[in-house]
Amino acid sequence: MTLEGARPLFLDAGEAALVVEFGRIVDPAISDRVLALDAALAAAPPEGLRELVPTYRSLMIHYDPLRLDRAALIALVEERLAVPATLSRAAALWTLPCCYEAPHGEDLAEMAALMGLNAPEAAAIHASALYRVYMYGFSPGFTYLGGLPEAIAISRRSQPRPPHESKAVLVGGGLSAVASFSMPTGWYVVGRTPERLYAPERPSAFLFEPGDSLRFEPIDPATFTALEARAEAGEIVARRQAA
Amino acid sequence: MSAALRLFSAGPGVTVQDGGRHGFLRYGVTGAGPMDPLAHALANRALGNPAGAAAIEISLGGTELTVEGAPVTIALAGGEFQVTLDGQALPPAVVTRLEPGARLKVRAGSAGVWCYLAVAGGLRLPDVLGSRATHTRTGMGGLDGRMLQAGDILPVGMAAGEIATGRIVAPLLDRPTESIRVLLGPQDDYFAPDQIATFLAGPWTIGSRSDRMACFLEGPRLSHKLGFNIPSDGVAMGAIQVPGEGLPIVLMADRQSTGGYPKIATVIGVDLGRLAQARPGTCIGFRAVSHAEAVQARAEEQSFLSGAITIERLLRSLFSPEFLLGLNLVDGWVDARAPA
Repeated sequence: MTLEGARPLFLDAGEAALVVEFGRIVDPAISDRVLALDAALAAAPPEGLRELVPTYRSLMIHYDPLRLDRAALIALVEERLAVPATLSRAAALWTLPCCYEAPHGEDLAEMAALMGLNAPEAAAIHASALYRVYMYGFSPGFTYLGGLPEAIAISRRSQPRPPHESKAVLVGGGLSAVASFSMPTGWYVVGRTPERLYAPERPSAFLFEPGDSLRFEPIDPATFTALEARAEAGEIVARRQAA
Repeated sequence: MSAALRLFSAGPGVTVQDGGRHGFLRYGVTGAGPMDPLAHALANRALGNPAGAAAIEISLGGTELTVEGAPVTIALAGGEFQVTLDGQALPPAVVTRLEPGARLKVRAGSAGVWCYLAVAGGLRLPDVLGSRATHTRTGMGGLDGRMLQAGDILPVGMAAGEIATGRIVAPLLDRPTESIRVLLGPQDDYFAPDQIATFLAGPWTIGSRSDRMACFLEGPRLSHKLGFNIPSDGVAMGAIQVPGEGLPIVLMADRQSTGGYPKIATVIGVDLGRLAQARPGTCIGFRAVSHAEAVQARAEEQSFLSGAITIERLLRSLFSPEFLLGLNLVDGWVDARAPA
């Protein structure tokens, strides 16, 4: 994977964060450039670099401007962009169990009706797609997924709905997402995963890296209950393969 | 026996905060940490603690506590809070020794929203993802991920060496709020020049909904040149986002790690605490500065915090009326509130 392409924009987010912006739309090619720079900087971080936050179309670099000069940081980013980068970690393919049936897929029928489908059809379409992990945000472990099929690419609700259960699988705004925490949402809850996307006591508190691929595996409510118990005991019930 | 703080009361919004949770923003984990990083660091440094050690962030709700087991030296710094130790008034920025059973009261005073109580030896609490900072929305860190309340017991570590007590001399804490410095961007190009001018002209009033997550501003409504829906990107503390209805929101310590509204400007690091200490209803303004100026201000603050903090002994402390009467120093001194 190389970083060839137009020169990115360098935008200040205060004096201690620099946004390297590769585009202004959600696009896998832009995401590839963001993640390649993320990997290139993480592989050999300069003194004073604090945190890297990859998003759909930019990389936010948090740094200490007293230890890392802004101009030197930009020069370093340009230098890393100039050489073809190899990702330090191969993207993985995850299989995430998901129960679309009652009581878990609370809004599935509502979403399906709005898209001219019935609930099993909408669930089958959601489970048929291969998704890309674009970024985290919103709350710990909240994963934004691209690759939602057009047939169920519904926009967000105009008003948020009351809080959903934790570990909800969502669609809205043309995307899918997995929410780790219970909260009100403008998205539609189409299913629930027994996996914990945020488990601070587990050696891997988070499972996915941006750039990974993910598919959902439909499970029935009894399997959900069994897998949830294993996940709560610390086991990882999602399956990982090298992509 | 080791020492522990015991809380008799804690108003809403009192939490444990250290220097913040770092390294997990990429997984959606907010940094949390102090609303006024300078005051938090100063309270710790006055005790010889690392600047980012865990301390109690006291809100306008105040707190009252004692120490059990062994004496503990504490430091307070932040807004102009009212502090009393066994009824005797202390300055709002102070290092003092708490004997077991002594009652320390910290209440909202004439100005400021946050006050930090740091402890020599530190608060012995488990860390979550490497930090003791409390983030209540996700139930993470501090004491069981929640606000402190009456009855809570916070174990204290062993302190090393003698610590000077007295008033903390810190002119840097006197920070006017009328001019908060910002760096324009990262999405200032979503706004026409006249809207940037309106933003900088203000004036803005701090809204009553403000909390650890965000500071809501009331004033002129700003309009967007390029729309207000952007694909989510990273959010720094102090980012000033402008949602569709046009009133800016400054994202603070408990903000989400990413966000989807254009950010017209970002409050510079050293002015974050200055903004956080402005009470709802306070009038503020913004002034755009260069990156170099923001870094220079940060360097000055860093140099102050890494040097020796001056502690002035309380030679003429603010004694209670009962104490002065007991000394019989002032002939004919009458306390109007006391029975004759």
